[in-house]
Amino acid sequence: MTGPDRGHGAPPPPHPITASLVLGLAVGVFGISFGVLAVSAGLSPNKAVAMSLLVFTGASQFAAVAVVQAGGSPLAALGGALLLAARNGAYGLALTDVLRGRLRMRLVAAQLVIDESTAMAAAQHDRRDQRRAFWTAGIATGICWNIGTLIGALGGDAIGDPARFGLDAAFPAGFVALLVPHLRHLDGRRAAALGVAAALVLVPFAPAGVPVLAAGAAALLGLRAPRREDRPAAPPAPPVEDAG
Amino acid sequence: MSWTTLLVLAAGAYGFKVLGLVVLGRRGLPEPLTRCVQLLPAALLPALIAIQTLTTGHRLVVDARAAGVGVAILAAWRRAPFPVVILVGAAVTAGVRALS
Repeated sequence: MTGPDRGHGAPPPPHPITASLVLGLAVGVFGISFGVLAVSAGLSPNKAVAMSLLVFTGASQFAAVAVVQAGGSPLAALGGALLLAARNGAYGLALTDVLRGRLRMRLVAAQLVIDESTAMAAAQHDRRDQRRAFWTAGIATGICWNIGTLIGALGGDAIGDPARFGLDAAFPAGFVALLVPHLRHLDGRRAAALGVAAALVLVPFAPAGVPVLAAGAAALLGLRAPRREDRPAAPPAPPVEDAG
Repeated sequence: MSWTTLLVLAAGAYGFKVLGLVVLGRRGLPEPLTRCVQLLPAALLPALIAIQTLTTGHRLVVDARAAGVGVAILAAWRRAPFPVVILVGAAVTAGVRALS
């Protein structure tokens, strides 16, 4: 195992392929539990797999299927799931500079805009690495999520509750690791603190999905003119791609 | 769940992604808004971490996940590699859960 870098300056960002594989494995196990839940809620295996392929945003899928299982109306299922999906719009906005290029490419990339791919891209320092990390994480989680769903929908529950292995904590733990670079400048720390406070205050009474969306408002801190020491660590990348 | 509901959900979910990445992102934003967009991950992801760690449904709870993610924060702060952070987070959570 390589030792942690205790040198000066920013730590090396996680290697996109290793990190994506680790994240993909956790996503795959959750895919299995999604497949199991979907079928037990009365969805056919075809529908479970179609949902993972076409909706492809885990929290929304779990929310929709849970409403169906509890006997809720289609509208209730859609409302909650779409509120949870709305944060992907904010992620997309944050990724526009990373995913410049042809419209067709961006329409494909859009489907992969989720928590994991956004966090993985955000952890990298320059544009090219960010793009690579986005695609690696997006494709790895996409493949694992869908294979997991298929296994769960067809084969049922051999693994059991992923929580038994602490996998429900694997995602927040992974996001923590990916966020460290953002917390090394003052505005990032302020936005993070405000976002967390807003989300936790809203949890008891706001519909699921609203707290994280509302946290996005903390980014409005950026409206203030930056002072020198506030500036984000990642400099705008030079247009290397276009020069070649 | 009918195929219609499923397809509406798929269209809506994709719609949000396209709205952010393709529709809104196309036009060049003025400088202050660009700074806001750059701050979005710093605002959104910690909130997501907090929700995934400290809530169950609409309740705030401190359970095994808080221990696991707490240790993961320490590991990340000490610059442990990504796979180590994620494994430590899961393992501590599983351990505390098994003991309690």
